[in-house]
Amino acid sequence: MTDSAFDISLTVNGERVRERVDARKTLVDFLREDLALTGSHVGCEHGVCGACTVRVNGEIVRGCLMLAVQCDGAKVETIEGMSDSGEVADLQAAFEQRNALQCGYCTPGMIAAAQDLLRRGGVPSRDEIREHLSGNYCRCTGYHAIIDAVEAVAQARAGGR
Amino acid sequence: MKITDDSPPVLTALDRPNSYIGRSVPRPNLQRLTQGRGQYVSDVALPRMAHVAYVRSPHAHARIVKITIDAAKNATGVIAVVTGAELAKVMTPWVGVLTHLKGLKSAPQAPLAVERACWQGEAVCAVVARTRAEAEDACELVEVSYEELPAVTDPEIALDGKTPVIHASLGDNLCFERKLDVGAVDKAFAEADAVVETTFRFGRHTGVTNEPRSVVADWNEGEQRMTVYHGTQAPHMMQNLFAKHLGIAEHQVRVLTKDVGGSFGIKVHTYADEMATVALSKLLKRPVKFVADRIESFVTDIHARDHRVKAKIGVSKDGTITAFEIDDLTGIGPYSVYPRTSGIEANQVVNLVGGPYKCPNYRAQARVVFQNKNVMCQYRAVGHPIAVAVTEGLVELAAAKIGIDPLELRRRNLIADDAYPTQSASGLKFELLSHHEALAHLDSMMNYAGLRAEQKKLREKGIYRGIGFASFIEVTNPSAAFYGVGGARITSMDGATVKLDAQGAIIVHTGVTEQGQGAEAVVAQCVASSFGVPLDKVRVITGDTDNTPYGGGTWASRAAGIGGEAAWQAGKALRGNVLAVAASILQAKPEELDIRNGIVVDKANGTERLPLDELARVAYFRPDTLPPGFQAELMATRHYVPRAWPFAFTNGIQGSHLEVDVDTGFVKLLKHWCVEDCGTIINPQLVDEQIRGGVVQGIGAALFEHCLYDERGQLLNGNMADYLVPMAAEMPDIECGHVVSPTADSELGAKGAGEAGTAGAPASVMNAINDALRPLGAQPLTDMPFTPDKILRALGKV
Ligand code: FES
Ligand code: FES
Repeated sequence: MTDSAFDISLTVNGERVRERVDARKTLVDFLREDLALTGSHVGCEHGVCGACTVRVNGEIVRGCLMLAVQCDGAKVETIEGMSDSGEVADLQAAFEQRNALQCGYCTPGMIAAAQDLLRRGGVPSRDEIREHLSGNYCRCTGYHAIIDAVEAVAQARAGGR
Repeated sequence: MKITDDSPPVLTALDRPNSYIGRSVPRPNLQRLTQGRGQYVSDVALPRMAHVAYVRSPHAHARIVKITIDAAKNATGVIAVVTGAELAKVMTPWVGVLTHLKGLKSAPQAPLAVERACWQGEAVCAVVARTRAEAEDACELVEVSYEELPAVTDPEIALDGKTPVIHASLGDNLCFERKLDVGAVDKAFAEADAVVETTFRFGRHTGVTNEPRSVVADWNEGEQRMTVYHGTQAPHMMQNLFAKHLGIAEHQVRVLTKDVGGSFGIKVHTYADEMATVALSKLLKRPVKFVADRIESFVTDIHARDHRVKAKIGVSKDGTITAFEIDDLTGIGPYSVYPRTSGIEANQVVNLVGGPYKCPNYRAQARVVFQNKNVMCQYRAVGHPIAVAVTEGLVELAAAKIGIDPLELRRRNLIADDAYPTQSASGLKFELLSHHEALAHLDSMMNYAGLRAEQKKLREKGIYRGIGFASFIEVTNPSAAFYGVGGARITSMDGATVKLDAQGAIIVHTGVTEQGQGAEAVVAQCVASSFGVPLDKVRVITGDTDNTPYGGGTWASRAAGIGGEAAWQAGKALRGNVLAVAASILQAKPEELDIRNGIVVDKANGTERLPLDELARVAYFRPDTLPPGFQAELMATRHYVPRAWPFAFTNGIQGSHLEVDVDTGFVKLLKHWCVEDCGTIINPQLVDEQIRGGVVQGIGAALFEHCLYDERGQLLNGNMADYLVPMAAEMPDIECGHVVSPTADSELGAKGAGEAGTAGAPASVMNAINDALRPLGAQPLTDMPFTPDKILRALGKV
C-alpha cells in the first residue's frame, strides 16, 4: 500500500522544491518530515484542531487534510515563510505582548488563520474574530488573549500605523 | 491593546530598585514559538532514529492467547517486532501505591501487556520501523488472538460479590477507601431547618493537550547512557523511574525537556507506551521515537473525574450551614497510575468539600474502584472541580430552598477574613485566606445587582439568563506531605543556580519546567529583581537533568511559589558574592554597595561605581589583580521547599453569566469573572492568563467534554470530532480580579494560580444554568457535562 510514490514540484516559502512522496502522505507530514519545517504542527490529523494550518495558493488549508501530491505546482507558505518575510510581524508582536500563547503549539496555525481574516481589511468585531478562529483549538489560553491580540492588530492596521 | 494591570509590587521587601516583581513583562521565550521555531519533542529527529507504533487491545478485558509476528517482521522498513514477554526482560513492572494513602492497592503493570489486556487501547505489541507509517503498516500484520474476558465497567457494581475481580491477586476491585466523620453530623442534620440531598455526576474527561504525548529515547551503548527527550512536567521524577525500571543508575539517564505542547497534569505520569519506547531503545541500541496520535491519546492519556457523589447539606433558617455529608465513588481503570497513584483525586474531594466554610460538622466516604476502562489520574485541579461543584452546588440549592440570595448565604458562612490561621473540618490548615474580600470584589466587578435586575426584566420576555457562583480553595506549593511522605521519589523541593557570565549577564538553571505557563519568565523576573539586572540580561535554562538543580518540575501550581523563591534566593546569594568582588576591586565595604540595573552602585545614593561586564572581566581574566587569598565565586545555588505549611492554600470566587435557550437546550456563555488570591503576584498578566485558560478548561468539563464508554468498555467518541472541546466561538470574555494575601513561608510570598480557574468554573456554570431554569420548575442539573439534551430533559421537553 506504500508503493505509489509520485514526483512533485512546488514552491515552499519561495523556494523551489522537488521531492518524491508517497501518495498517502499529507501536506503537513511532508512539510515536517521531508522539509524539516516543523513550525506547522499536528494536533489531531483529522481536520479539527487547526494546528496544521498553512497557506496554499493564498488560501489557508488544513495541512492534515490535504495530500502532498495535491500540491504539485502549488505555492505553499508556512509560518517559517510568513515570519521571515515580516508579513505577520505585527501579529507575532501582539501575541507576545498580550501573552496570547502559552505552550505555543496552536500559535503558528492561529497566526495563519488570524492573518487570513485581517488580510480582508476592516476591523472585525470580537465575535467575528472568535468565529473566524473557531476552527483553531487552543487548550492553554482560553482564547480571550488571542482575541485581544488580533483585535489590537486589526485596529492598528486600520489606523494606518 | 488591553494589557493587564502593571501596578508596582505590593510588598516593600520585594520593592528593590528596578524590581520586576508585580510587573506584566512579556515572556522571554515567546518569539521562538510565534515564529514556529520551537523545539517540541514531536519535532526531534536523531541519526538512526526509528519509530515505534503499538498494536493495542481492541477489547476492554481479554486474555492474550497468541501473538503472531512473522508477517510484520518481514514487512518493508521493519526493524523489530517486540512483545510484552520480550520487553519484560529489559524493563521491570511497577505498582502505583503510596504508603500514606493507607490501604491503597494496585497490581503490577508492565510496559506492554503480558498475558492479559485490561483496557481497550492497552499496548500489547510494539512494531519498530524506519518510519511511523511503515510501523503502522506492519501493526496491521501482527495477529493477536484474544479470549475476551468479562469487562467490569460500572463503578456502582464493581464491589458486588457477583462482579468479576479484575486482579485476582488483590482479592477485590477496591483500590482505596477513605472515611471521615468530624463534629456531630447526625445531630446537625436533625436540627437543620432544611436539608438538601442530591447526587452529582462528573463525566470522565481528559486533557487533550494540543501536542500529544511524545518521547524520543536514545540509548547509547558506547556510553551506557540513556538520553530521553520527553514532553514531561517532571524530568527528575522521570529520570528516577526510567533508571529504576531499566535497572541502571540515575546518572546514566538524562531527561531533556524543551518545549511542551500543553500538559495540565497529563504529562506527569508514567505511561506504559512511553516506558516501552525507552525500553525498546535499550533493546535495539538506537533512538526510538513515539508520538501518540490523537486516537491513541484518547484511549491512553490519563482520564480524570468520573465521580458519582451523593451529597447532603443542612442549613438553618438564618442561613447557617450546619453540616455537609458526601459519599464519593470513582472508577479509575485497571491500575492505579504510577507513581502518583489514582487515589489522590478522591482523597482531595474528601479534603476539600466544605473547605471555604466554617461549618464544623462533616462526614465523608470515598471509594476508588478498579474497572476495565482507560486509567484515571491527576489532571489539572485534581479533585477541586468535584469538591467545589458539590459544595457550591449544595450551597446554591440550599439558598434557593430557604429563599436567601446565594451570595448572602455565602457571606454568612465563609470563614471570616480575620479568623486565620485556622483549619477546615477535614483538617486542612489555612495560613491566610480572603473569601469575604474576594466576594465583595466580585460583587462589584460584575455589577451583581444590575445583572439581577436585568435578569428579572428579561424573564418577562421569555429570555432565561442565569448567574452562578463558586467560592473555592486551591491547593498550591505542596510540601513533601503530598508525595514524599508516601515513599514516592517526587521531590517537593526546587533549586536554582545563577551564574554571572563573562560579560555581566546572568544564566539561570532551574529545576522547574516550562509548559507554557510562563515559568521561565517568572524565574527570570525573580532573579533580575533580587540580583539587580535588567530582564534582558537574564537567560533561563530548564528541562535538563544533567544540568539543572534537582527539582520537582511543574505540578500542583508550584513553579512560581517554589521555583520562584529558589530563584529569588539564588539571585540574592549571587548578589552577595558579586558585591564581595566589587568591594575588593573598589576597596569599599560590600554592605555599602548594591547592584542596580546591571551596575554596581553606592547603596546610599545610587552613584555608579562599576559596570558588571567590567567586574566580570577582572574576576575571570585578571584575577591576579585581586587581593591575595580572595577567590571570586560567581555562581550560586539555592533551594527552597515549603516547611511551615503542608500546602499554601489560595482562595477565590468565580461568577458565570449565561443564557439558556429553553427551546434548544443550548447554553450561551455571556461573561465569566474570577477573583482570586494567589498571594504575591509576580507577573499579573501570567496569573490572569493561567486563570483564563483554567476557566475555559473548566467550562469544557461543564458543557462539552465526556469520554463516552459503552457497557463493554469501548470508548465511543475517541476523536476530536466527537469529543467536544471549547473553541473560540463559544467561549466568553473572562474578567479577572485579585486579592493579595502573601504566604509568610517564603520571602516572595507567592502562592500558585494554575488550577483556580478549572477548580471553580464547572460549579459556577452549573449554578448559573440552574439559576436560569429555576423559574421554569426544572429539576436541578447535577450531571456534568450539561449537554442540550440533558437541559431539555430537565425542562421536561424531551
Ligand atoms: S492536525 Fe490538522 S486540523 Fe488538527
Ligand atoms: S497555547 Fe497551547 S494550545 Fe494554544
